[in-house]
Amino acid sequence: MKRWLPVIIIIGLLLLLGAYLANLNNKLVGLDEGVNAQWSNVESTYQRRADLIPNIVNTAKGYAEFERETLIQVTEARSKATSVTIDPSNITPQQLTQFQEAQGGLTSALARLLAVFERYPDLKANENFKELINELERTENRINVERIRFNEEAQKLNVAVKEFPAKLFAGMLGFDERAYFEADEGTEVAPEVDFDFGN
Amino acid sequence: MKILLKSYKINTLFFAIFFLATLCVQAQFTIPEKPDEATQKTVRVYDYVKLLPEGDFQYLNDKLLRYADTTSTQIVIAIIQTTKGEDISLLGAKWGEKWGVGQADKDNGIFITLSYGDREIDINTGYGIEGIMTDRLAERVINQRMIPHFKNGNYFAGLDQGVEAIFDILNGEFIDDRDRSKSEFPLELIIFILLFIFIFLILRSRNNGGGSGGSLLDVIILSNMGRTGGSSSSGWGSSGGGWSSGGGSFGGGGSFGGGSFGGGGASGSW
Repeated sequence: MKRWLPVIIIIGLLLLLGAYLANLNNKLVGLDEGVNAQWSNVESTYQRRADLIPNIVNTAKGYAEFERETLIQVTEARSKATSVTIDPSNITPQQLTQFQEAQGGLTSALARLLAVFERYPDLKANENFKELINELERTENRINVERIRFNEEAQKLNVAVKEFPAKLFAGMLGFDERAYFEADEGTEVAPEVDFDFGN
Repeated sequence: MKILLKSYKINTLFFAIFFLATLCVQAQFTIPEKPDEATQKTVRVYDYVKLLPEGDFQYLNDKLLRYADTTSTQIVIAIIQTTKGEDISLLGAKWGEKWGVGQADKDNGIFITLSYGDREIDINTGYGIEGIMTDRLAERVINQRMIPHFKNGNYFAGLDQGVEAIFDILNGEFIDDRDRSKSEFPLELIIFILLFIFIFLILRSRNNGGGSGGSLLDVIILSNMGRTGGSSSSGWGSSGGGWSSGGGSFGGGGSFGGGSFGGGGASGSW
């Protein structure tokens, strides 16, 4: 009996470890899927914006003939933005930055376009155009909402992956930290806190 | 003395940090905590600046409650002084999401924010509303039904007309099919009773050496007696609470069902 005791203890420990790993794996799978699902929400809101642009450009063309250059820039930025796609299960920080840059290019091209439209009262008075612009603004709002939620989902996974002792096994099970969306420059002004007491 | 002085210094430092931290937090609009169950069931207009006269408030609140009762679509109006510089459309989405306005499975919540000081209005549509009330339709409600009244300072008329317009748009899209009996069905209680009877049965048959013990009827009667007995009453009492609290959801618009918001809708200013 005494000879078998160590063997029994080892088997017991292995069983415990196995149970822990299975449990950890299942928990992480759930969180991982949450991030992936939220990523698809993010992508679909960006797609929604891309789908709106041809409408806006076509409506504007008739009124703002002289702004051909700005319109072309928007169309180009759009095709650049839609060409960058990401595999949600494997988002690297570089990929996310690239994605954000492409979409950010479109955001600023659109901002320029909207500024230019201010000069065309006829266009601004067009009901259809007004509603399109509202839809565009609202889509930007949707993008913000989904991005915030993506970061929340990613944070849940990241915390679970980094916690001890999960940290030791998460990589082995194939779960990695996810990159976060960073605030676009100038869009979100976080209060800066400077604890300088003159030391 | 030195130690005392040191700890005093540290305390002031902590206090300074704490003070600064609260200042920073206040620079942003803090969404109020989700109201308690009773408030959720009876209040749909959250007028933080007392903009609406009592009668108008009651009228609008009742209207929204009745609408929620028949359609399960929950519309909440929040009237605030200022968004503190936050984008009202993003604020509305966060607020609606935090409070969980609308049913979780339908996401049929609508959150209307009126910022009195900023002269801004926003309609945020839950994910389930987006498809029926598009951003364009929401924009029309704001521009055609609400803002003309707001410009004249008639806030009640603007909100009332806007709400009516929303009712028209959503007409018949959602019906109240919440299964109210389902949530109150005490499955755990029944399993517990069955388990109790079963254990009793085994114990009795053992005591009698498997002989001709008491019938099942005896056991049930006995277990029922145990229910009224003093010793077990505390255990029953806690589960009994579930029965009565569930009953409260009859009538009214129900509490917020956990609906989700994606930021759709429209906003405007006057």
